[in-house]
Amino acid sequence: MANSSKKSILHDIGPLREKTSYGQVRGPQPGYPGPYSGPQNYGGPAQAPGPAAQKRLDPDAIPSPIQVIEDDKAKSTEPFTTGVRGQAPPLVTTTFSVRDQGNASPRFVRCTAYNMPCTADMAKQSQVPLAAVIKPLAILPPDETPPYVVDHGEPGPIRCNRCKAYMCPYMQFIEGGRRFQCGFCSCVTEVPPHYFQHLDHTGKRVDCYDRPELSLGSYEFLATVDYCKNNKLPQPPAFIFLIDVSYNAVKSGMVNIVCQELKTLLDYLPRENPEADSVVRVGFVTYNKVLHFYNVKGSLAQPQMLVVSDVSDMFVPLLDGFLVNVNESRQVIESLLDQIPDMFADTRETETVFGPVIQAGLEALKAADCAGKLFIFHTSLPIAEAPGKLKNREDKKLVGTDKEKSLFQPQGSFYNTLAKDCVAQGCCVDLFLFPNQYVDMTTLGVVPVSTGGSVYKYTYFQAATDQERFLNDLRRDVEKPMGFDAVMRVRTSTGIRATDFFGSFFMSNTTDVELAGLDCDKAITVEFKHDDKLSEDTGALMQCAVLYTSCSGQRRLRVHNMAVNCCSQLADLYRNCETDTIINYFSKFAFRGVLNHPTKTVRDTLVNQCAQILACYRKNCASPSSAGQLILPECMKLLPVYLNCVLKSDVLLPAADVSLDDRAYLRQFISSMDVTETHVFFYPQLLPLTNLDSSSLPVAIRASEERLSKGGVYILETGLHLFLWVGASVQQELLQNLFGTPSFSQIDASMTSLPVLDNPFSKRLREIISNFRAQRPRYMKLMVVKQEDHSELIFRHFLVEDKSASGGASYVDFLCHMHKEIRQLLS
Amino acid sequence: MTTYQEFIQQNEDRDGVRFSWNLWPSSRLEATRLVVPVSCLFTPLKERPDLPPVQYEPVLCSRANCKAQVDFRAKIWACNFCFQRNPFPPSYAGISEVNQPAELMPQFSTIEYIVQRGPTAPLIFLYVVDTCLEEEDLQALKESLQMSLSLLPPNALVGLITFGRMVQVHELSCEGIAKSYVFRGTKDLNSKQIQEMLGLTKPTAQGQPGRPAAPQDAASTCRFLQPVHRVDMNLTDLLGELQRDPWPVPQGKRPLRSTGVALSVAVGLLEGTFPNTGARVMLFIGGPPTQGPGMVVGDELKTPIRSWHDIQKDNARHLKKATKYYEALANRSAVNGHSIDIYACALDQTGLLEMKCLSNLTGGHIVMGDSFNTSLFKQTFQRVFSKDLNGDFRMAFGGVLEVKTSRELKVSGAIGPCVSLNAKGSCVSENEMGIGGTTQWKVCGLNPSTTLGLYFEVVNQHNAPIPQGGRGAIQFVTQYQHSNTQRRIRVTTIARNWADAQSQIQLIESSFDQEAAAVLMARLGVFRAESEEGPDVLRWLDRQLIRLFMFHLRRSPFLQVFNNSPDESSYYRHHFVRQDLTQSLIMIQPILYSYSFYGPPEPVLLDSGSILPDKILLMDTFFQLVIYHGETIAQWRKAGYQDMAEYENFKQLLQAPLDDAQEILQTRFPMPRYVDTEHGGSQARFLLSKVNPSQTHNNLYAWGQETGAPILTDDVSLQVFMDHLKKLAVSTFF
Repeated sequence: MANSSKKSILHDIGPLREKTSYGQVRGPQPGYPGPYSGPQNYGGPAQAPGPAAQKRLDPDAIPSPIQVIEDDKAKSTEPFTTGVRGQAPPLVTTTFSVRDQGNASPRFVRCTAYNMPCTADMAKQSQVPLAAVIKPLAILPPDETPPYVVDHGEPGPIRCNRCKAYMCPYMQFIEGGRRFQCGFCSCVTEVPPHYFQHLDHTGKRVDCYDRPELSLGSYEFLATVDYCKNNKLPQPPAFIFLIDVSYNAVKSGMVNIVCQELKTLLDYLPRENPEADSVVRVGFVTYNKVLHFYNVKGSLAQPQMLVVSDVSDMFVPLLDGFLVNVNESRQVIESLLDQIPDMFADTRETETVFGPVIQAGLEALKAADCAGKLFIFHTSLPIAEAPGKLKNREDKKLVGTDKEKSLFQPQGSFYNTLAKDCVAQGCCVDLFLFPNQYVDMTTLGVVPVSTGGSVYKYTYFQAATDQERFLNDLRRDVEKPMGFDAVMRVRTSTGIRATDFFGSFFMSNTTDVELAGLDCDKAITVEFKHDDKLSEDTGALMQCAVLYTSCSGQRRLRVHNMAVNCCSQLADLYRNCETDTIINYFSKFAFRGVLNHPTKTVRDTLVNQCAQILACYRKNCASPSSAGQLILPECMKLLPVYLNCVLKSDVLLPAADVSLDDRAYLRQFISSMDVTETHVFFYPQLLPLTNLDSSSLPVAIRASEERLSKGGVYILETGLHLFLWVGASVQQELLQNLFGTPSFSQIDASMTSLPVLDNPFSKRLREIISNFRAQRPRYMKLMVVKQEDHSELIFRHFLVEDKSASGGASYVDFLCHMHKEIRQLLS
Repeated sequence: MTTYQEFIQQNEDRDGVRFSWNLWPSSRLEATRLVVPVSCLFTPLKERPDLPPVQYEPVLCSRANCKAQVDFRAKIWACNFCFQRNPFPPSYAGISEVNQPAELMPQFSTIEYIVQRGPTAPLIFLYVVDTCLEEEDLQALKESLQMSLSLLPPNALVGLITFGRMVQVHELSCEGIAKSYVFRGTKDLNSKQIQEMLGLTKPTAQGQPGRPAAPQDAASTCRFLQPVHRVDMNLTDLLGELQRDPWPVPQGKRPLRSTGVALSVAVGLLEGTFPNTGARVMLFIGGPPTQGPGMVVGDELKTPIRSWHDIQKDNARHLKKATKYYEALANRSAVNGHSIDIYACALDQTGLLEMKCLSNLTGGHIVMGDSFNTSLFKQTFQRVFSKDLNGDFRMAFGGVLEVKTSRELKVSGAIGPCVSLNAKGSCVSENEMGIGGTTQWKVCGLNPSTTLGLYFEVVNQHNAPIPQGGRGAIQFVTQYQHSNTQRRIRVTTIARNWADAQSQIQLIESSFDQEAAAVLMARLGVFRAESEEGPDVLRWLDRQLIRLFMFHLRRSPFLQVFNNSPDESSYYRHHFVRQDLTQSLIMIQPILYSYSFYGPPEPVLLDSGSILPDKILLMDTFFQLVIYHGETIAQWRKAGYQDMAEYENFKQLLQAPLDDAQEILQTRFPMPRYVDTEHGGSQARFLLSKVNPSQTHNNLYAWGQETGAPILTDDVSLQVFMDHLKKLAVSTFF
């Protein structure tokens, strides 16, 4: 492995000298008007654009993400075993299997550094962020066992007396097994008699390998009544569907689609035992300016509608018959779902409320005394007179100014307070938005984001083209495994401390991450800071415990343990970092930063920190060499290119056509992404489709226009978008195989799925696309881009190594700039 | 000349009027000396099958509508009340001494006009139903309501509001999904808010300029009030599916009952959609309001509902607030001409004390029973929809009663199911009795027996004598909406002779109508009792005048609150101030009939002495109908003699009071509580509490082993009362 090699790899990016090392390295790229101006983008000192490059910097000579990804794939042939402390896992782009041998799988926890500096000084000097990205309920591939459930019986899980860490492989049994010493706080705790076991000659308990909590990195405890709200075992959770039935919602076809789909979807409610019926109860509400609750009690011949117009003071009008078991009320529910589209077919109501909708769901869950999830299908800015009424405040003039941050802050405090109430009840809110104009995503997203929910956005929703994407998202969202009413606590060994958290959750104190809902796709990034020295011998330990209610209503604790090494040499730190995780942290850090700082300041801070990391390396770890050389640590050599992608993202540097809602949406969405998703989101996967014979995927190419060939067909995937780029001079045969038409001009660019054609190429491509879709949490709509078509502009936006329309630097330019920054720091 | 008795009877039959004095003392001074004021009981809609309504508009004096002195040649007439001279309208062109319009014929002192103007509005019945009932009660109520749909006129609009913890206004026009609007039972909403929430108001902002707003046809826009013929199936199903309030009631708590908000929504709904149209809000409750505005008692069962004791001790926490709340609602409802009925069926009190004004001010009914599953409720409710000979409902709406007097008289006030319309005029007296300060009252709900007490003041000064043979005139003009939706005006004009009290005192004395006076004074007493402390009222009454009636009146539930809950008192008083003279007399002094083998049934004294072992007694107190079998009769009955052929006469004796009782039950509204009891039976208390306690445990032995039954009471008997009275009367006057 590269990081085991003592010698740092030097990356000489050529004879870059002062003045020519940055600025205009290459000629302007076709299609991008206007000269690139460095200072405007990352705020360096004003610099006249250099003269046309005397020497072209060879893009192949600078670190290639593709190369790194492919190298990692090539060397990761063995399953990754988690037993060795401080070992970095394969990259997220590599397919590998995991054997849990005492540390959590990288599918649950990934760290920025697997060898942490021992002291705060070292950490500060290096500026490498110490963070972990935790995805507590991640779904494991079918060949890996999900965490075992451990039942410690009536007294509950065994824990350290002082720091309350849960029993884990880091607990040291002493005195013949009568006591154990906590690996986190060193406190000694008595072993309860029912848990006693003798030790073998190495000091290990004899039953070590029989007990998951003594031998594995991830496992679950059955929680006792002490771990439940009000000391009462929880009720099974409930799902409430709240459907906007205003004019826009009906007209776009959304209401009809949702109602049709729900009829089948109700059979796929989450359950633990696939054989049994789900115990999740369901309820239905429709709304525009007022709310309509439905009584769908099984004994009724027809559903009953209860209208609540008093939106200023929301309440639930009924108890019995609102939340029902699907099987008991199936006929009534189906009758209801059949009738809803008809009932509102002629509606002329355009105004909607939003705050009361959430309140209604919340009150219903309160009344039923259970946790649950609200599925809200909403179309417009809530301007009707009600709590949480919003005004249109979209002001593009503020973009780029110091006041820009206000656009990312919600209007008023209503939704923050509401979110707090929701979290207290365990009411998770998922929002499906179908806007035709500004809806103030920032404010509408407050409750979903704070309750661990998701926001799905279908701008200009049209049934014909967007139905597939929406329905797939909805199905997945309903079916996916999740926990309710969750609290996450990260405990660490003495010396470091979890200080900051990023993601979709709510915190009422500094340690407990409260999640009304936590699904399998949500990740939480945790930052650690030193509060003391760490020791190289013991390393640094962390234990993430998530207490949650399962979809069957069982209260459980999921525990993930992670041990990393500690080092007193900076070189060891730089050898064991993971750039993808660092980028995940940086993006979340930056995207939170825009709430309080102008985007320019945020970008500068990122550039600065990155420069410091690399400068520190250059100064302390690299062998002396000429100042003109840019030397990057092996495992961070992609930091500049990835960081540039973050800096160029729509949130930090929007193009003129990017709406405020889109930015707010991305900002909120990325906050709960795991490393795999952030990686592909910031550096999209671009595959050439010339040769699809082999069963493996073609090797990706770098995301740059100059890598595209006029004669080729390419697929680009970001986790949110999926493009099929067709070169202007693609062979007729290929077109025939793909689209069933021999002519480039006859390709219908508005298609959202490829025609089903009986040839190996078409089959394989459709298979690749469906694989991509299956891998990602969101369904990606296929967009066919014909070269030099107007839609190519959108596509180009994702060619991240190139200069962007919004003024973002190309990879080469940014690398030169970074080099300059580093040299400034060194001199 | 006929006797006064006949004259009075004739007047009552023709005009529905009974005056305390049928000759009026001609000066203020003399009138005040007479103690009982010039006053009358007036039954505006007295059933007159012989009175055909006329199809034309009444001729109005430019100041008032009068019985005219007609100068046929000059084609002018002079108003009796203001002496204004008026020309005849063109339609009277053919008038002559032989061709007179009806209002000029002497036998038409009461005449009814049908107003042709204006659109006719359908009747509206809005059911407001408590769902916090026992299953059995709710079922019975649902059946009664379903049954009532068939009794409603097909074009009547009907609406349904149900309430428990929440208030639900049911939409009746929709197909498929049953739709209702829900209100929180704890939140006081104003009328505008309610209408907005029900979607009854079009937001003005949406109206596009330049396009006139579509005319609002209330009938088509209001989804909550629909013609019976269109929705009766729908509504029957809806009522059938009506469930008990589903919210759990914890141990030791009362169900949460949002009666206040439910009524507020009902009033708001009608106010917004059908102002000034005849409408009945029919409230069915099975318990007291326990939450929100208008709550009468909290939901903790450990705190009982207020009693008279609590009220006297000022311990009734919610009393004032709730009363105020319901009064405000009642006044709003009265302004819009909607009447509110309360059908309260529960074993405990239901808050009638607080809610009584709803019916009292709007002319609605109050019916009190133990359960909706009793024939008392079922039959009473059915009787609400009874029809007269023409097949019209015996109910009228939105009545306005105007009283005009000739200048020697002024109107002091009215007591009855009415509210003041604050119409000031020259004939308003400064001296208020009852609801005064006006010449017009609104009576939102009327039926043929609705009777108001009207009080007048003679203002003629002593030094300005009225010439011999002068007559005073009073005209009652009642405008109302007939149950067949016609607007009608009934005009009753009466005149009485003035008499000089000094020279004609005997004449005046002989014109005194004791019965009318008693009821009128009793009404004043009840009116005072509602606002003043009990003992004060009794003292006032004692001071005013004392007659035989007063002994029973003093003991009646109208003035005595002992042994009655506040709700019961309110209930009794409610009925007392609206029934006609005959019924009122029964209420004051119950009727007792005795049945025996020795002769035909005979009325006997309401005295404990009438309770004999070999007699069957039938007592009618208006509210109760008690059949009491004497000791011997009861034993015979137990022995089953009535089933033996040879004792056929005994069987007939047993049957006789039953038949008579049945006859009373046929016509009485509300249905009286029917009690069939015997000597020693627990229900015998109904009888024992009413009779004059001439024999009590105190004097039983003094009377020896005489007949009759002793009453265990410390109340004084009539004998003692009279003795005291004589003493008092003598000492006052001499």
